[in-house]
Amino acid sequence: MPRLVSHPDEVKIVSKRFGMGAANIDRYIELGGYEAVKKCIAQGPEACPAWIINEMKASNLRGRGGAGFPTGLKWSFVPKQSAKPKYVLVNGDESEPGTCKDHLIFLHDPHAVIEGTMIAGLAVGAKMGFIYLRGEYRYLLTIMEKAVADAYAKGFLGKNIFGSEHEFQVVTQTGAGAYEVGEESALMESLEGKRGIPRIRPPFPAVVGLYGGPTIINNAETIASVPAVISMGAAAYAAVGTERNGGTRLFCLSGHVERPGVYELPMGYNLKKMIYEVGGGIRGGRKLKAVVPGGSSTPVLLPEEIENLGMDFDQVGKAGSMLGSGGVVVIDDQTCMVEFALRTISFYQHESCGWCIPCREGTDWLKKSLTRFHAGFGTEKDIDNIRYLAENMMGRTFCPLGDAAAMPTLGFVKKFRKEFEDHLNGKPCPFAKQGAVELTVV
Amino acid sequence: MSAETMSVFSPKLARRFDALVEKYPVKRSALVPMLLYAQDEIGYVSDAAITEIADRLGLTELDVKNVASYYSMLRFKPAGRFNIQVCTNISCMLRGAYDVLDRFQKELGVGNKGIAKDGVFSLEEVECIGACCWGPAIQVNYDFHDELTPDHVPGILSGYRGQAKAKEGF
Repeated sequence: MPRLVSHPDEVKIVSKRFGMGAANIDRYIELGGYEAVKKCIAQGPEACPAWIINEMKASNLRGRGGAGFPTGLKWSFVPKQSAKPKYVLVNGDESEPGTCKDHLIFLHDPHAVIEGTMIAGLAVGAKMGFIYLRGEYRYLLTIMEKAVADAYAKGFLGKNIFGSEHEFQVVTQTGAGAYEVGEESALMESLEGKRGIPRIRPPFPAVVGLYGGPTIINNAETIASVPAVISMGAAAYAAVGTERNGGTRLFCLSGHVERPGVYELPMGYNLKKMIYEVGGGIRGGRKLKAVVPGGSSTPVLLPEEIENLGMDFDQVGKAGSMLGSGGVVVIDDQTCMVEFALRTISFYQHESCGWCIPCREGTDWLKKSLTRFHAGFGTEKDIDNIRYLAENMMGRTFCPLGDAAAMPTLGFVKKFRKEFEDHLNGKPCPFAKQGAVELTVV
Repeated sequence: MSAETMSVFSPKLARRFDALVEKYPVKRSALVPMLLYAQDEIGYVSDAAITEIADRLGLTELDVKNVASYYSMLRFKPAGRFNIQVCTNISCMLRGAYDVLDRFQKELGVGNKGIAKDGVFSLEEVECIGACCWGPAIQVNYDFHDELTPDHVPGILSGYRGQAKAKEGF
């Protein structure tokens, strides 16, 4: 069972029911569950959609999957009238390396996901929602399925939810192993029983999505935040975060910190403080070398770049990286950045769906170059070649996977050029193997 | 003969599939879960399973194979009874995942994607499994084991060996 952690600086909104047995529907209700959706229904069938969307807009909630798109705005793009049925899609294909927050949401608070899906459905006039979990999360799918069955048994889901005229059905779905399916249009393909190849946009999912119908697709954490926004009120939620970055974020602190774990902190929380106070500092009393702020696709930051860095979408963007999926990976001074870059690109090479050539070929050549480089057979020219390859992937693919592979690579080469140079001319890697960390700590 | 007795799947799974295809607005949406559940029962996605799934969904076998080949969890030949999947992605790597993988390789005498001689275990190096804050982490079939060191490896193996023996009545 994944260990739960706690820190006094946490503001528990999404995680407030973690560890409280809220996977049980009665317990969830006892803890105030399903009140938010009732509050929405109480607005009346006419006023309800606009009321919800206005609340979402005012809350400054932004997509927790990585892109940080304003949720209320996204929902407002769904046309009111549609010949085809509309759908709500919950993206629980959590696969960005460094990210494990949705894991805890499904484990501890599955009903919050259901309730958020229902509210999204009310907002856009959808009668059906899908909750898609990555295939590896089988035990979490079992929990989710039970939660859905319990909600049906209570009459919360189905034809007349809470005795209203609204209908809402929820279907859970499993993936079968594919990072690419975390991309919104690839996820729809997968849910339609196809290979997870991204679609060309426009049209965007809000207009033409699942089965060709208007679809809103949101990350599981975004959806789990929705009932909280409605319950506490948009203004109160927005006040927790920073300007244009409402609420909290589940930050997944991993790597070389003393106390790794998922911490719920207000948007804009200082990254240095997060590492040194919340995470207890660098393991074994070592020094910080670098930090990946938002999952493996976000460019690495140096210690001097995090001094005054508030963790919200805008500030991290200004610092040249991205808040991404909330996966904060901390790297100590005994780590070989070439090896780290190689491991990062190996992942994207493995996961590239192969549709766009810059991504398929680019990730493959980057992996080959970095493998050779790390083994000590690189040349000076290779460093520039790696950079050149990565630059030429940027913006030239249908989905963000190409960028996701290129962005961190560019960061590594730019910020750690010296380490690349240290590997030149057949020198062995100047760092001990990663695994040696355990052995050398006194 | 009823459709059920002709199925390559157990009656329980066949009934589950009957219900599954009804869940979606479009039948084909059941494809990915069906492939995975078929593998869970048979141990891999067999030709016979592909034929029956294609038939149930009104698809061609080629179409089903085409989809199946995309997903990394699906395999087309048997693995060990317990497939050990060691995550070595960045967060786990930083905390010693490769040492854990090495230890599994040593204990089992197999490399990546190898099946140990006894057939009880197979070993696989996998990408991020969503347990980054509790790394190094592995999955044995669908069970997570986290915060591991190489010294946890023998205990994990003997636990599953015990399960295998109990089931086969050795």
